[in-house]
Amino acid sequence: MSDQVDASRQRWFIDSADDELTIFERSRPGRRAFTAPLLDVPVRPLDELIAPELRRREPARLPELSEPEIVRHYTRLSKRNFDLDTGFYPLGSCTMKHNPKLHERVAALPGHAQLHPLQAPEDAQGALELMWRLQHALGEIAGLPHVTLQPSAGSHGELTGVLLTRAYHEARGERRTKVLAPDTAHGTNPATVTMAGYELVKIGTDEYGNVDIDDLRRHADDDVACLMLTNPSTLGLFERHIEEIARTVHDVGATLYYDGANLNAIMGVSRPGDMGFDIVHFNLHKSFTQPHGGGGPGAGPVAVAEHMEPYLPRPQVVMREDGSFDLDDDRPRSIGRVRGFQGNYGVFVRSYAYIRSLGAAGLREASTIAVLNANYLLARLRREGVLEYLPAAYDRLCMHEFVLSGAVMKRELGIRTLDLAKRLLDHGVHPPTVYFPLIVEEALLVEPTETETRETLDHFAAVVAEILREAARDPEIARTAPHTTPVRRLDEAGAARHPVVRQAL
Amino acid sequence: MADPHYPEDLRYNAEHDWARIDPANPGEATFGITWYAQDTLGEVVFFTPPAVGSMLVKGEHYTEVESVKAVSDVVAPLSGEVTEVNEALSAEPQRINEDPYGDGWLVRVRLTDPAEADSLMDAGAYAAMLT
Repeated sequence: MSDQVDASRQRWFIDSADDELTIFERSRPGRRAFTAPLLDVPVRPLDELIAPELRRREPARLPELSEPEIVRHYTRLSKRNFDLDTGFYPLGSCTMKHNPKLHERVAALPGHAQLHPLQAPEDAQGALELMWRLQHALGEIAGLPHVTLQPSAGSHGELTGVLLTRAYHEARGERRTKVLAPDTAHGTNPATVTMAGYELVKIGTDEYGNVDIDDLRRHADDDVACLMLTNPSTLGLFERHIEEIARTVHDVGATLYYDGANLNAIMGVSRPGDMGFDIVHFNLHKSFTQPHGGGGPGAGPVAVAEHMEPYLPRPQVVMREDGSFDLDDDRPRSIGRVRGFQGNYGVFVRSYAYIRSLGAAGLREASTIAVLNANYLLARLRREGVLEYLPAAYDRLCMHEFVLSGAVMKRELGIRTLDLAKRLLDHGVHPPTVYFPLIVEEALLVEPTETETRETLDHFAAVVAEILREAARDPEIARTAPHTTPVRRLDEAGAARHPVVRQAL
Repeated sequence: MADPHYPEDLRYNAEHDWARIDPANPGEATFGITWYAQDTLGEVVFFTPPAVGSMLVKGEHYTEVESVKAVSDVVAPLSGEVTEVNEALSAEPQRINEDPYGDGWLVRVRLTDPAEADSLMDAGAYAAMLT
């Protein structure tokens, strides 16, 4: 099998077992990465500065290393990682678009980077103005005028949205118990619903990939607080009946919630507010270029319609009559704070830089190209013969992403979607999302984004076709892939059954 | 786990659950998930047993299995009261993959209406549904 993978053998820098050591295992007593400057202020007794009961009894167990050791340790680790700056990353539903480097320069300006969260509003006017302007820009994109920037992630935005819904109903003297979500929804939707104290009711999908309207009508009653939806759906399809869905939901007094996971398909083209949504969350780390993957930081601002405004978290960033900016805590019907301070400010800077760099026309073009790229890639895969083994789950014009089903490939070639995904790594391509949405057997969810070139898309299609041809000759190569990465196939089941979350030092 | 198989002595629902009616006592049955279900789920990592004594309603989910891919509902093929759960699965959920019709059984149930079994599929009909 070795001749099959030679082309990509050089990609990964595979080093000795020594590299498995953690930074703590590399520690040696007394080693230091810096020399403290001489003390240039009067010495005062420690007891005067920090009361004895507030002090550590023993020193913190920090690793002790020299600077070159630290640099090498983390540089080596970074080389063993797959990242957007070195390879194509078509991870469906995650919008792994390029993160412009200009944004890093802007976010690193001292006025942004050294801002203290407790700084008085009058000393942070520039930062507040940026947040205020970002709120307005997001409100315009959503078609809903009122925005909070506080939530720190998409899931956090969801929770905020559902809490807003509860406050809205409680203010009307209603106590509703159910929230609806389609069976294609992200796992965070049901998790949010449960965490907010509601019962989840799943709504089916019709044969075209749309929400099953009849099923929705069956479940829509005055005990329903909200329908959580994303449009385009997680199948990468535009929800054709969105206006009818909005009417059905509003007729029973429920709110319609827009999960912003797939906003990258429609920025500047259509607005959730115009579709009838009452609440929208944004993933600034997806559509608005905050670098993500590996756990954050993200940001999940929420935009709402007029009737939800009183319940938004406090404080709100506002412009006073004299044109100055301030934090408004005088919001008696607010659901309160949903996090400490004002949110992940660095994310706001990058997202605002992105919105201002592109402008309204540029954002619209970004979404248009994202949809074009996805449809081009789907067509290219079809031309390469890939769809004979991995047919599109729903044969429609797609939006910014599309879902293939590996069921035929599994039956006829004897390899699963997981095997294909792992084999892609040997070709220097990050796998698309696998086994999601759950309603598609052996699902492969591909989102190329607008920032990839035609050559990259062509290469991806050719690589998938090559893996299928290879599997027809010898399925074992894909079944045992990856072969060229620093670690081979991981024991995911073992890790889930017996997680080791702590290392003894 | 190897190849698809659907024993003749079981009854199946469309949600990929099986019921084995006790030949000696038709009022008792054992439930589990099919070969197809475990193969589609992938390696099972958690099984949450229902409480002994809880009542199951045919067609409604009564517990969940979690695999490396997803958490999935398990739907009761028949109605009845749980009399025993497979305790071994909490330590070794992989039994569901290794032996879905034997060591990987989920619960034993005292049926409230054994005649409900007439509406379930036999092995041939279930296998035909899968293709």
